[in-house]
Amino acid sequence: MIALQAGGPHVTEQVEGLIRKEYSAGFHTSIESDTLRPGLDEDVIRFISAKKEEPEWMLEWRLKAFRAWQEMEEPTWAHVHYPAIDFQALSYYSAPKSMADKPKSLAEVDPELLEMYAKLGIPLHEQEALAGVAVDAVIDSVSVVTTYRAKLEEAGVIFCPISEAVHRFPELVKKYLGTVVPQKDNFYAALNSAVFSDGSFVYIPKGTRCPMELSTYFRINEMNTGQFERTLIIADEGSYVSYLEGCTAPMRDENQLHAAVVELVALDDAQIKYSTVQNWYPGDREGKGGIYNFVTKRGICHRNARISWTQVETGSAITWKYPSCILKGDNSVGEFYSVALTNNFQQADTGTKMIHIGKNTRSTIVAKGISAGRSQSAYRGLVRINAGAEGARNYTQCDSLLIGDRCGAHTFPYIESRNSTAQIEHEATTSKVSDDQLFLCQQRGLDAEKAVSMIVNGFCREVFKELPMEFAVEAGKLLEVSLEGSVG
Amino acid sequence: MLEIRNLNARVEGADILRNLSLTIKPGEVHAIMGPNGSGKSTLGNVLTGRPGYEVTSGEVLFNGQDLLALEIEERSREGLFLAFQYPVEIPGVTNMEFLKASVDARRKHLGLPDLSSFDFMKLARETSKKVSLDAAFLKRGVNEGFSGGEKKRNEIMQMMLLEPSLCILDETDSGLDIDALQVVASGVNAMRDDKRSFIIVTHYQRLLDYIVPDHVHVLAGGRIVKSGGKELAHELEAKGYSWLEDEVA
Repeated sequence: MIALQAGGPHVTEQVEGLIRKEYSAGFHTSIESDTLRPGLDEDVIRFISAKKEEPEWMLEWRLKAFRAWQEMEEPTWAHVHYPAIDFQALSYYSAPKSMADKPKSLAEVDPELLEMYAKLGIPLHEQEALAGVAVDAVIDSVSVVTTYRAKLEEAGVIFCPISEAVHRFPELVKKYLGTVVPQKDNFYAALNSAVFSDGSFVYIPKGTRCPMELSTYFRINEMNTGQFERTLIIADEGSYVSYLEGCTAPMRDENQLHAAVVELVALDDAQIKYSTVQNWYPGDREGKGGIYNFVTKRGICHRNARISWTQVETGSAITWKYPSCILKGDNSVGEFYSVALTNNFQQADTGTKMIHIGKNTRSTIVAKGISAGRSQSAYRGLVRINAGAEGARNYTQCDSLLIGDRCGAHTFPYIESRNSTAQIEHEATTSKVSDDQLFLCQQRGLDAEKAVSMIVNGFCREVFKELPMEFAVEAGKLLEVSLEGSVG
Repeated sequence: MLEIRNLNARVEGADILRNLSLTIKPGEVHAIMGPNGSGKSTLGNVLTGRPGYEVTSGEVLFNGQDLLALEIEERSREGLFLAFQYPVEIPGVTNMEFLKASVDARRKHLGLPDLSSFDFMKLARETSKKVSLDAAFLKRGVNEGFSGGEKKRNEIMQMMLLEPSLCILDETDSGLDIDALQVVASGVNAMRDDKRSFIIVTHYQRLLDYIVPDHVHVLAGGRIVKSGGKELAHELEAKGYSWLEDEVA
């Protein structure tokens, strides 16, 4: 299923669940919810803002984004094909009804919700969250509960729904929101800025090492809703945080839209490690249904700062996603480790941008694309070295693995260097799971599916080792499930 | 143990095995020799079910079971092992992981519980010593960056771990220096007992100085043209294969 788990004793059960043929996160929980009529106009934005009792400045910020969005056109340059999305047919707000009075503690959370999280394997109860993962769970558009808050607050770490941060920490939100991904950045980022309903907010104070890994689980539950979460992470000078994000959605015949924005700010000497395991519903074997995932993720590194993006993308009908780093400060470091697996009719166009501005900035890109079935997988990456980026270095490694002969892998690397001292390396390979490899495994007693998943896991090894331990195990299992039926 | 009756097989449309019959009893070591292109390697590939090798007629009984009706992995779990002539690399998959998965699959089939990681580690380390591989190789990718000799020793190590009842060695001696050859031979000899059988496919008699066979068969044109005891191997070494081909023609 998905890396929804703090690790430990549930693993075996989880693994058993993984062997099931169907998309195992595809259940729908019947929670009474409060869903807004379909359509998007200024009234809808005022409604969302009012629902959240937002201050005037926040509403104005949204409206500015909405007005910009109306002038923008949906991008078509990505190597993905899908019917036009009717943005007026979607509902832009859905909240479980019992959330009307937000729970103050776990005891107040709707038991049905808790049961759903249990099905997903999320250890919401603090005593079950063995590995010390603090969880913020966002269902449809609302953040349900945040665990471990007390312990985090002791360390001065702020980890709360962004809707709450708007009220409690308006100065921080005002100062950083939209500074990395401006409202007008792109079509989907503008849409998100106008209608985002919730997401996570993290602030790590100066010199603080966040005492545990922070984690958010996103799940789309309601029909015909778009999900637009917004995450803002600020690591103040000399601080460190590791943040994990997991995503699932129920099976639906129709396509659902997910357009998130994630902004990371790593101030001088700070480090942010951001890991994603994305398992949105990919659609069925005929390509029906599935999530359209249009996400903008970007971080800015100040002096000596480091941002690492690690992603394992196995879900969604369409993935359009380029977690990027702006290496503004001298000596800052950007890293991108990615595994994108597509099967059946999935399409993925994913990669990264590394923008070198500061001196001696370094970036590393390791992208692994796996295509099976009739799927199409594209790596798109930009490495830009600005004129002032003396001594900048980039290393890019981009590997594609094909399973079967009806899928495709594409690579679109863009390299722009305006400084002659820069060193840029790009390596790319394309390979197939060979019949000889399969035969060796089978001759040693492994069945074909197990063999393929082992070979694919081997291919992804360099990326998986960047994931926190328990997530690496889960990611491997997730690949196994996603590949079911891709051989024989 | 193994009974091959009138086996005919083709590869890419060409008939390679013609009416081949062979009976192997428990504990026996059979050497299959023959010139290049005689069908030696095809036999091992057909028995293990390699895709691309098509059986057109004949039957094979393995411990009384219809071997050809079984899936590739089922044949393995039933105790049939092929040591490859050209072992492939699987980058990123550690030997440890690969070996444990193989051993677990075999044990599961035999109704035995999985070995704990600790016990397996111990077993794997002990076994790697027997084939003179440094234990550090367990952490490396399967055959990844291995020398020719290391790959072959790895094959023998897999054979030792899986404890098959019928082992086919497909030109395991090709490209081996004398030290590696002795490691392979002593590995095989250590595994010989009154139940386990071997088919040693080789072009040269050299390996048979170390692994002394009970029977030697000469394959030419896809059939067995001559069978005998271990002395036949020496005769072949002295005379070459051409006199046999002349005899057949």
